[in-house]
Amino acid sequence: MNQPVGEKWILKLYIAGMTPTARRALANLQAICEEHMAGSYSLEIIDLVESPALEDGEQIFAVPTLVRHLPPPLRKIIGDFSDTEKVLVGLDVKPISRS
Amino acid sequence: MTSLKTASRSASFPKVPTGIPGLDEITEGGLPLGRSTMICGGPGCGKTMLGMEFLVRGARDFGEAGLFISFEEEKQCLVDNFSCFGGDLEAMIEKRLLKVTQIDLSAAEIIEAGSFSLDGLIAHIEHDIKTLHVKRLVIDSLDALFSAMARTDILRHEFSRLLRWLKSKGVTAVITGERGVDSLTKFGFEAYASDCVILLDHRINEQISKRRLRIIKYRGSSHGKDEYPYLINARGFSVLPVTSLQLNFTAESGWVSSGIKDLDKLCGGNGYYRGSSILLSGKAGTGKSSLSSAYASAACLRGEKCLYFSFEESEEQLTRNMLSVGIDMAPLLKQGLLNIQAFRPNYRGLEEHLFEMTAAIEAFQPTCVVIDPITNFVSVGTCEEVKSMLTRIIDHLKSRGITMAFTALTPGSGRPDETETDVSSMVDTWVALDLKLVGNSRRREIYVVKSRGMKHSHEICELEMSKHGFSLRSLAKEQIA
Repeated sequence: MNQPVGEKWILKLYIAGMTPTARRALANLQAICEEHMAGSYSLEIIDLVESPALEDGEQIFAVPTLVRHLPPPLRKIIGDFSDTEKVLVGLDVKPISRS
Repeated sequence: MTSLKTASRSASFPKVPTGIPGLDEITEGGLPLGRSTMICGGPGCGKTMLGMEFLVRGARDFGEAGLFISFEEEKQCLVDNFSCFGGDLEAMIEKRLLKVTQIDLSAAEIIEAGSFSLDGLIAHIEHDIKTLHVKRLVIDSLDALFSAMARTDILRHEFSRLLRWLKSKGVTAVITGERGVDSLTKFGFEAYASDCVILLDHRINEQISKRRLRIIKYRGSSHGKDEYPYLINARGFSVLPVTSLQLNFTAESGWVSSGIKDLDKLCGGNGYYRGSSILLSGKAGTGKSSLSSAYASAACLRGEKCLYFSFEESEEQLTRNMLSVGIDMAPLLKQGLLNIQAFRPNYRGLEEHLFEMTAAIEAFQPTCVVIDPITNFVSVGTCEEVKSMLTRIIDHLKSRGITMAFTALTPGSGRPDETETDVSSMVDTWVALDLKLVGNSRRREIYVVKSRGMKHSHEICELEMSKHGFSLRSLAKEQIA
C-alpha cells in the first residue's frame, strides 16, 4: 500500500488467517474508515499466519488488532470493530464522549 | 541415579524432566508431557524463576528448545537476571535453543472494540514450533495478560483454547499465575485448565524466610504430597532434597574404621558399617572433634575422600589443633583427599545450609562425611526443623552409600538435650563421650550407647589422647581392683 504524503492516519491491521472474524473486522473497519477518514488514511493488512516472523515488532497476541501508528501515540485496538464508538475513540476521530 | 529409577517407575505416564534438583523426584519424573502445568504463588515466590529454569535446563541438559513468553518482565531484564544463575542465556538464544518473546501490554494503550481471539499468539508460537522445534513453553504470567484486558470472559475461553492447541502440538507448557484469595489462582484456572498445579509459598517466620513448594494436583500420576522447602540461590532453583519417600537404601557391606583401633574393637571389632550414620556426643572438651578427625584422617589414609563440615573451627584452627592428638591433616588436604568446609551456621538459613552441603557433597564425591557439630544448627532453626534437616541429610548420604559422622554437644549438666535424643534415634551408631571428676583430675570416658546390627561392647573406657594418638583403657579392671 502506497502512502501519499499528508495522510493523517497510518494504520496496520493484524489478522491470523482470513477467518470469519477477520473478514467481519475488515468490513467493519473499512466502513468506519471510509465514513470518517476518507482519503486521509492508509491501511495495511498483515496476516500473522503468512508472515509470522515479526519477532518483537508489534507484539501482537490477540487478533484482530489494529495498530494506529499515526497520529501518535501508538495505540492498539483489539476486536472485530463491532463497537464503532470505541473504534472511533481509538482512532481519535472524535473526542471521547463523556456521559 | 534416582531420576532414572523414578522415570522408569512411571513409564506408563510420559513426563518431561525439568532438570531442577529435587523437583523431578517429587513429581516422580517431571511435568506431564504435552500438557500444561500451572505454577501459582504470591509475588516474589519464584514463579518466573521456576519457569525459566524449566526452559534453561531443558535446553542445556536435554537439548530441547524452549520459548518464554513474557507479559510482564522486559526481555533484556529476564536475560540479564537469569544469566546470574549459571545459564548463559545469550548463548542459548544464539544457538536457537531458547527464545524469549516479550509482549508488552503497557507500551500502547489498548482499546477493546468487539470480540477477539488469541490467534495472534498462537501464530507466533506455531512459527517457533516450526522453526525452532519448541518443546517447552512458558507463559508468564496469566495475571499480566488478564489484567490488561476487560473482556476476561473471551480471554478465558481463548486461553483454554490455547492450552488445548498446545496439547495438540505436544508442547509441555508452564503457566504462571498469582495466587488468589479464595482460589489458587486469581482467575481460577487451575480448576479446569491444568493437568498439574504446583503451589509456591514464601513466608516469613520469626524473621526467617521460608520457601515451600507443594504439588496440589497431578492428574493421572502419584506425587510427593508434602510441602518441600525450595531455594533460589546462585545455582538457581532447587527443591530440597530429595528425601527418599521410602527407606530403600541398599545396605552397604564392609566396614569403616573409626580411626582408633581400640574404639573399633569397642564397636564390635571393625569400626562402623560403611554407609551408616554415627553420632559422637559429649560435653565441651570431651574430644568430639578429635574423634571425628581421627575417623576423617583414617578414611583419607585409606585413599578415600572425606568432606569435613566444621561449624566451630576454621580449617587452620582444626588442622593446628589436631596436631596435638597426632593427626596431621595438612598432607591430606594437599592431596585433595580431605576437604574442610568451615562456616558459621547462622551465616545462612537451615535450608540453604542443607542445599550447600548437598551441593558440596555432589561436587567433592566423598565416601566419608563429618558434620561437626550438628547441635549448632539449633541457632538457626527450631528443634523440629533441625531434625527434619538432619533426616534429609542422612537420607541423602545414605542413598549414596556415604558414611557420616556427626558430633553433638551435650550441655554441661550431662543430661542429653532434646536434639541429641532426637538425633540419636536417627543414627545407626552412637558413641558417647564424658568427663568424670576423679580425685583432682578429670578423666575422659567413652562408651558405645548403641550400634545397630553390631555386637558392641557395653564397657566404659577411659579415652587417652596425646600427640602419639588415641588409646582406650578398660575401666572394668580398675573398678575390680
